Amino acid sequence: MFDSSRQANELADIQSRLIFVKVGLLMILVLLGLRLWQLQIRDGVYYVELARDNRTRSIVLEPARGLLYDRNGALLAKNIPSFQLYLSLEDVPDREAILAKLPEYIDVDIPAISERLATKRRRGRVKIKNGLTLKEAALIESHRIELPGVVIQPEYQRNYPLGNYAAHVIGYVGEISESQLKDPEFLDVQAGRTIGQYGVEQTFDSHLLGETGRKVIEVDAFGYPKRSLSIQAPLAGNDLYLTIDIRLQRLAEDLLGEEAGAIVALDPWNGDILALASQPGFNPNDLSGGISPHAWQQLLQDSRHPLTNRAIQGQYPPGSTFKIVMAAAVLDSQTLGAKETMTCHGTFPFGRRVFRDWKRSGHGSVDLTKAISESCDVYFYKVGNQLGIDPIAKYSRQFGLGEKTGIALSSERSGLVPSRKWKRKHRGEPWYPGETISIAIGQGFLSVTPIQMAKVVSIVATNGQVVQPRLLKGIRLRRTGNLKEEPSPITQQLPLAPETFSKIKEGLAAVVTKGTAKRAQSNIVSIAGKTGTAQVVALKDDSDKSEVAKKHRDHAWFVAFAPVEQPKIAVAVIVEHMGHGGSAAAPLAKTLIEAYINGEGQQQDGSL
Amino acid sequence: MNDNVNRRGLDTFDWCFLGIIAAIISIGILSIYSVTNANSSTKFPIYLKQTTWMVVGTLAFLVAAGIDYHKFARFSYLLYGAGLILLIIVLISGKTSRGSQRWIPLGPLMVQPSEFIKIPLMLTLASYYGTTSREGWLRRLIIPALIVLPGFLLILKQPDLGSSLGFLAIFIVIVLTVGMKSKAFGFIALAALMLFPFVWGGVWGSLHGYQQDRILSFVDPSSDLGGKGYHGLQSRIAIGSGQLLGKGLYGGTQTQFQFLPEGHTDFVFAVFAEEWGFIGSLVLLSLYIIVLLMGLEIAFNAKDITGSLLAVGVVTMLGFGIIVNIAMTSGLAPIVGIPLPLMSYGGSAMVVNLTALGLLLNVKRRRLSLL
Repeated sequence: MFDSSRQANELADIQSRLIFVKVGLLMILVLLGLRLWQLQIRDGVYYVELARDNRTRSIVLEPARGLLYDRNGALLAKNIPSFQLYLSLEDVPDREAILAKLPEYIDVDIPAISERLATKRRRGRVKIKNGLTLKEAALIESHRIELPGVVIQPEYQRNYPLGNYAAHVIGYVGEISESQLKDPEFLDVQAGRTIGQYGVEQTFDSHLLGETGRKVIEVDAFGYPKRSLSIQAPLAGNDLYLTIDIRLQRLAEDLLGEEAGAIVALDPWNGDILALASQPGFNPNDLSGGISPHAWQQLLQDSRHPLTNRAIQGQYPPGSTFKIVMAAAVLDSQTLGAKETMTCHGTFPFGRRVFRDWKRSGHGSVDLTKAISESCDVYFYKVGNQLGIDPIAKYSRQFGLGEKTGIALSSERSGLVPSRKWKRKHRGEPWYPGETISIAIGQGFLSVTPIQMAKVVSIVATNGQVVQPRLLKGIRLRRTGNLKEEPSPITQQLPLAPETFSKIKEGLAAVVTKGTAKRAQSNIVSIAGKTGTAQVVALKDDSDKSEVAKKHRDHAWFVAFAPVEQPKIAVAVIVEHMGHGGSAAAPLAKTLIEAYINGEGQQQDGSL
Repeated sequence: MNDNVNRRGLDTFDWCFLGIIAAIISIGILSIYSVTNANSSTKFPIYLKQTTWMVVGTLAFLVAAGIDYHKFARFSYLLYGAGLILLIIVLISGKTSRGSQRWIPLGPLMVQPSEFIKIPLMLTLASYYGTTSREGWLRRLIIPALIVLPGFLLILKQPDLGSSLGFLAIFIVIVLTVGMKSKAFGFIALAALMLFPFVWGGVWGSLHGYQQDRILSFVDPSSDLGGKGYHGLQSRIAIGSGQLLGKGLYGGTQTQFQFLPEGHTDFVFAVFAEEWGFIGSLVLLSLYIIVLLMGLEIAFNAKDITGSLLAVGVVTMLGFGIIVNIAMTSGLAPIVGIPLPLMSYGGSAMVVNLTALGLLLNVKRRRLSLL
């Protein structure tokens, strides 16, 4: 504390200065008053005019969507300029009249537009037609006096230069729907914007979307821009590099041709998806430009389900390809040694039933390698029966069956690995031991997706390294221009002995060299694989297979990896209703693998 | 001990003071009602929330006016410390809104510590100069600056450019009032400070849009980039088109057609000016001027340094908000997001402003006693 007389002096000192605060304050407030006079009195008429005509329009500027490339930089999705037709609501004096007049100039869906206009928005722009032709645009432009409020805006339209190829992976885009607008996930996305609706377009939408810009303009009485008041440029979305090798992808789809089926090719070491083919497909260009309701219904109702991505959504019995998992179970659980043999007479009697081998005469003396290479059913009936369903289920799950692989595409299915618990819960019945015997050769309740089988075979190829299949290789950030490679995924090691894998590989190699898939034998690369035949309906033994309706015929499976010594690619092929895996699926895998191995050599040559 | 309170109750000055404050708040609620009522279907509309905040603020006003301000001053360092801790909490776990962290959720309420800390700041500075000799630069400037700095930086970090500038203004005006050496220097410094928005506006206006964006996004990412031109323009159209007499209550097309953004918060003045015109705006401006002049009158008649500086602090805080907000809505200053005191919607600001006004009345009512 300092003494009170000094305090009093200083107080007087301080208070003497308050006059300056007062004067300063008053000066500024007078200035503010003058500013208000300026705005409200001097320029009042001008602002009244601006307010009355509502002549400022705020226009959202769509950014260019990020581009999609394959792993080698081939363009998969791009943007092309196109004319969009909008209705600028403030500038339309009479909506009914405009809607009545529009069909005179262009082909538009008036009921659909009326429905969209019914939401009681008073301001802003509503899109009424996508992708005008140059002729249509010219026609509208020359009649703008008769069409007040109808505005043409050049925007980007998504385009897929490869057409049908890789359609299920790339996906397509479309205007954000009413239900998506209510979804908190799309909180930042304005109505009317185009977003990814399927495939990686959907999964990585937040990368591809970019940031909208905004332009404020002053318009004339017809809603046409007079001058720009402020502009914020949009920021284009990030470009994505996929793991897909488009050369391989095209080949895979061409190999399937007209047949329904799927092919998945993986790099077994890092999970890169090199090809993910599903046939039949569709042309994403048709879907991205605003498909007509009729065409959409046709696509949905097509009995061949072109919109289904069979590679991740198709759930099939694995058939004999499941013997790979069974072999691992047999060896790891020491149910039977690799060199121990049994004799196969072509049948396995169990209870009152007799389970038959595909080879009536039997395979004779069989060890594990032979059981795999000749796909001896009786061998696996026996070991399956000894193992029991729950251990089989345990090993299946270790190989990733019964659960989604987590690929970055929506609506992946998980397949089904049955167990005692599952059956009690979902069927309300106990497990019958006879059912285990069907499971042992990949039939019964068991179902898998092609990508799961590709994962199974890649785990074997790498001696037990479990990777998550991935589609994204890198991102080029628009803001910085830097290419950011996705980090290598973390792999997990299966707790199985290395000998287990070497024994299985021995069997799988023999499948191609002397077993059921001799047609997969290649002159340029050693291939190991397993055939499978997924039963669609149980046929009587004596029925002639060629006479069975195609939709009841079995699906052909082949899963493989190559080269045997140093695996570089893992493949799963399924061709629906084509019967035997060895004849219908194995040659496809061989062609694909050879193309990959050849291509790799070429690329190395090229880079030298 | 002799309680230094003027026991005669409220005099004409006091009633006048209270009446004007009530009038300004009512005008604010009316404007908020006009903006939000049209499109509101909620059970608890914003104008009722603001009314509730007025009631809460009135209680705070009574407490701030009733207890001798020396008692507040005694605990000012403690209060300021608590405010700093709250600001740190905001930075660590605060609620993010439009790119900046400003709020602490307290049950259903969102508390904005950057508003509340202004009261302890004024109390601390007033009590510091009231109890310490002003000899030498260290005591007169450096130590107070060190007191203010952490609060200023914490608010700037949120980032809340507007509030941090308000914080700085309180400090600068108090320091100048305490320590001006020559009257001429003081006059120039003060004028420069007060003209700051206009000078800024001039320099600012000469920058290109993208340069402005860069500067603003550097200091305050929450500021309305790009849309700024739009907001500013719509606000000027609203004010200008009000002309002499205004368009009448609910008559503002800019407001009712939602051309004007944030009509109930930062741009509430534009709403009022559109509806009530130049006459209405001048009346409102005059009401604010009277409150500020009364505040300075209280500072001039205060019985001690602490009281006088406290009053100066309150006047600065309110004056800064009023000046910058109106300058911003009328296109004289960049849009930095400062609410109009007593009118813009916001619970924290309402309670803080009424508390500050309560302190002002507190100083006035204790001025008549002997030293």
